[in-house]
Amino acid sequence: MLRVENLSCNYKQIIALSDVSLHINRGEIVSLIGANGAGKTTLLRTISGLHNAKNGNIFFEGQDITKLESHDVAKLAITQIPEGRGLFSILSVEENLRLGAYLRADSDIEDDINKIYEKFPILKEKSHEYAGTLSGGQQQMVAVGRALMSRPKLLLLDEPSMGLAPIVVEEIFKAIKSLRDNGTTIFIVEQNAFLALSVTDRAYVLENGKIVMSGNSGELLKDEKVKEAYLGA
Amino acid sequence: MIELFGFLLSGVTVGFVYALVGIGFTVIYNSSGIINFSQGEFVMAGGMSTVFLLKAGLPLGVSFILAILITSMIGIVLYKLIAFSKNSSQISLIILTLGFAIFLRGLAEVVFDKELHTMPSFVGDGAFDMFGTVLTYQSILIMVVSIVIVVALYFFFKKTKTGQAMMAASINVDAAKLMGINIKKILMINFALSAAIASIGGVLLTPITSTNYEVGIMLGLKGFAAAIIGGLGSPFGAVAGGLVLGILESLIAGYVSSEYKDAVAFVALLAILFFMPGGIFGNTKAQRV
Repeated sequence: MLRVENLSCNYKQIIALSDVSLHINRGEIVSLIGANGAGKTTLLRTISGLHNAKNGNIFFEGQDITKLESHDVAKLAITQIPEGRGLFSILSVEENLRLGAYLRADSDIEDDINKIYEKFPILKEKSHEYAGTLSGGQQQMVAVGRALMSRPKLLLLDEPSMGLAPIVVEEIFKAIKSLRDNGTTIFIVEQNAFLALSVTDRAYVLENGKIVMSGNSGELLKDEKVKEAYLGA
Repeated sequence: MIELFGFLLSGVTVGFVYALVGIGFTVIYNSSGIINFSQGEFVMAGGMSTVFLLKAGLPLGVSFILAILITSMIGIVLYKLIAFSKNSSQISLIILTLGFAIFLRGLAEVVFDKELHTMPSFVGDGAFDMFGTVLTYQSILIMVVSIVIVVALYFFFKKTKTGQAMMAASINVDAAKLMGINIKKILMINFALSAAIASIGGVLLTPITSTNYEVGIMLGLKGFAAAIIGGLGSPFGAVAGGLVLGILESLIAGYVSSEYKDAVAFVALLAILFFMPGGIFGNTKAQRV
């Protein structure tokens, strides 16, 4: 579904990604793990068209999307929950959800909002409050809900666990898994390697802008090098 | 007491025009981070175009609407210039707007002339007698139109998809792009909208204060002061800022001397920046990183 080929990117004159290749199949849940500054966010931003690639190509369903602008990437139903959630803090929860459906013109938007409220009942209670006043976990729910409102084919998540209490992280990841069960393809970028490897099918390891390892998540979880570098064992 | 009431009325009238100019500053600043110093020239373009279209024999309503359209087009031209130099720093872009303002002034001098122009009031020269002081029909028109614009803007930002997209883009531009919002289109609408609102202010004010090619300098700075007083974040803060400024000016001109009138805006501007940098409502806009 998504194919990244020999992608290189600079971030402020520094090489952020060099010769990165990876692929994600339809219906898969794949993660990219790596330390802070490894280039994970740059990769997601480049896929979404927020950052320019220097070399290489990105294909989505066979179409070359490397040079597309971000709003055209969004039209292909590639949805990203950016680092730090990217909520519209001084808009209400419901306004945030509606903006998730910005590109839609169908009549199911109201239904979908109600489905989000069923999934996260607390959001219904807070639907008219500013998104910026919610707790971190609730904000992450708004971010997930807003992303779902776009009916994504491919969902990109940048550090969904960042800044959240472990119990909230568990809830968020449960929601993410249920999305996959509904057929959404998911690509998660995470610093928390243990968490990422335990919920995904496959994973890539990014180090200093290069893919250094890849494989089945379960196997990576047992790999000595991964254990040493990322699992603190 | 009657005197005071009269000063307040004329202060509110001109204050609404400052507010309209100030709204333009905040709308563009919110979406692009740029202070547009051509804002005053948009006011001038609105007033001068209407005067000359009237002279060419067009009816008032048609001239008014054409003037707004012309000014909106000028706003879009400015946006195109800014978009063209997209890799420049914000300071360079702000200087670009200053240069554009000087260009517009020069253009107005060549296309029109250097004379002072006025035009008849839209609603006749009549006035109400209000507790011993007069309230002209034109003043009432300015207040009503300004209030209608502010209310319409509120509903536009709150209830329409484009308005919400504009809000989203001003809060978090990258997240807005990820929602599929075409940021370039939104910015262009912002520039056109700011120009349109400023030009309406320019047309409404012309029967009261007259206009010429350089009237935009002072009106632009007053509008800027209104936006800063209101906290440079919310269009509605700019409305409050404009009213405060208009009333202060009118009181100083009435009770002290009209020579100090223009100083009020700048003293108020400095005082706000020194003592209340977040504006009279104390909002501080988070830095976008």
